[in-house]
Amino acid sequence: MSKDSKKGGISRRKFLQGVGSGIIGSYVLTPGIAKAAEALKKNSEKLILSVPLTLKVNGKQAHLLVEPRTTLAEVLREKLGLTGTKVACNNGECGGCTVLLDKKAVYSCHILALDAEGKEVTTIEGIMKGENLHPIQQAFIDHDGLQCGFCTPGQVMAAEALLLKNPKPTRQDVLEGMSGNVCRCAAYPNIIESVLAAAEKAGSETAELK
Amino acid sequence: MKNFNYIQPKSLKEASDILKKKPHEAMLYAGGTDALGLMKQDIIKPEEVVNLKSVPGLNYISYTNGKGLRIGALTELAEIAENPVISEKYPILRHAALAVASPQLRNLGTIAGNLCQRPRCWYYREEFNCLRKGGDMCYAFDGQNKYHCVIGGGPCFIVHPSDLAVVLLALDAKLTVFGDRKTRTVQLKDFFVSPGDDYQHENNLKAGEIITEIQIPELPQDAKSAFVKFRERGVWDFAVVSVGAVIRKEGSKVISGKLAFGGVAPIPWMDESLNAKLPGVALSEEPVAQLVSEILKKAEPLSKNAYKVPLVRNLTKRLLLEL
Repeated sequence: MSKDSKKGGISRRKFLQGVGSGIIGSYVLTPGIAKAAEALKKNSEKLILSVPLTLKVNGKQAHLLVEPRTTLAEVLREKLGLTGTKVACNNGECGGCTVLLDKKAVYSCHILALDAEGKEVTTIEGIMKGENLHPIQQAFIDHDGLQCGFCTPGQVMAAEALLLKNPKPTRQDVLEGMSGNVCRCAAYPNIIESVLAAAEKAGSETAELK
Repeated sequence: MKNFNYIQPKSLKEASDILKKKPHEAMLYAGGTDALGLMKQDIIKPEEVVNLKSVPGLNYISYTNGKGLRIGALTELAEIAENPVISEKYPILRHAALAVASPQLRNLGTIAGNLCQRPRCWYYREEFNCLRKGGDMCYAFDGQNKYHCVIGGGPCFIVHPSDLAVVLLALDAKLTVFGDRKTRTVQLKDFFVSPGDDYQHENNLKAGEIITEIQIPELPQDAKSAFVKFRERGVWDFAVVSVGAVIRKEGSKVISGKLAFGGVAPIPWMDESLNAKLPGVALSEEPVAQLVSEILKKAEPLSKNAYKVPLVRNLTKRLLLEL
């Protein structure tokens, strides 16, 4: 067989065979087809299709087809390859999957991807400026705000949301603002120091600019 | 999680009609913070998830001097915690909203959703075919019942998990409910259902009914209020018990007031006969100790939760003495 016919061309012989069986079939199989159509109609109410979704992630638009049950974290990691967002508990409890939705922190594992439509999603991949680390990331390095590092993307995103809302947090504000993120290495003291240091540095840089 | 159709109604009527037409297959979905957890665990398996967020105009906080506060059903807990008018006029509401879960969940969870949370009972949440899930027994009664109810239980022994319900009860809140193409108003204290009356539902919403608004009356100028939530972790935990108090006093004597309790009963708990004893009580050690000894007098603790009774009494005492 030629390459072309393999690709999808139908031979004359096959075409005629198809037509022939179709004609015969329409006589013999009509009651069966009607039954099948009936069953399909009955089931169609339960038929669940994937739906189109347009997401704006880190300033770029993505056009996707998703099952309604898909979480935002699944789309980010599995469809968009943004694996910086970590999923640990997958139950909206640990904070590893924290991303920003219109500048507010949310657990991306605990929100439907469809609920993020029309909003701005920011992930850990979206906060660097080119090759330069975000000041919060640098503060986590400078102040040893991590041990194994698995929770760190979520911690950084929670800190980013906190500082966007409250650029001069007190220690208590940091404790409250970071309370939705678990660190199993218990690097908490240094995480708090990192967030306070990032805020202080941003504050002094703003003052210099003025 | 089972897949579902995500329905985006454009009006309350449209949402209500779908829910009414398919009372067992369709589920209302707002912030989703509780519903998604239940769906992930396959405790509920809706075929149609009706997204209330696609109905416009349900997210607002509106205060009118002399009339009070109106909060749209879809208002997120973070917005309540950050609203300056609420902080000034109803600090107890801010306090309760801030005490819920974590910042991430407060950014999604809504006030009406908080009132409609399903119980946290571990037998309900895990793979036990308990009464509330259509089974034939309550596993908590003879099981691990440290966090279960001490009053109002039977045949199911959950506690209601809402923090906001406790302060909204003390604030004498009302709900506006849409259904059957009209709205009804229900006092919050009449909204919740005891397991003795219906052990599969926590409130009296009928199929197709949707909470649209929470109304809180104006507080008198001299009203004092406070809320305490006792939890085992410092943050991000459900209440073991909680107490909300809204009191008017003259000098050191109470004129009138309301106390409400969380974590003690299958419904947010308010005892009218206890509140009737508040007027005239002097807010000092002896009379307050006398008053709090009346709290949960009819309690029937289970094998592992008798600690809740003195805990609630002592927290209430501290709360009243600090007002």
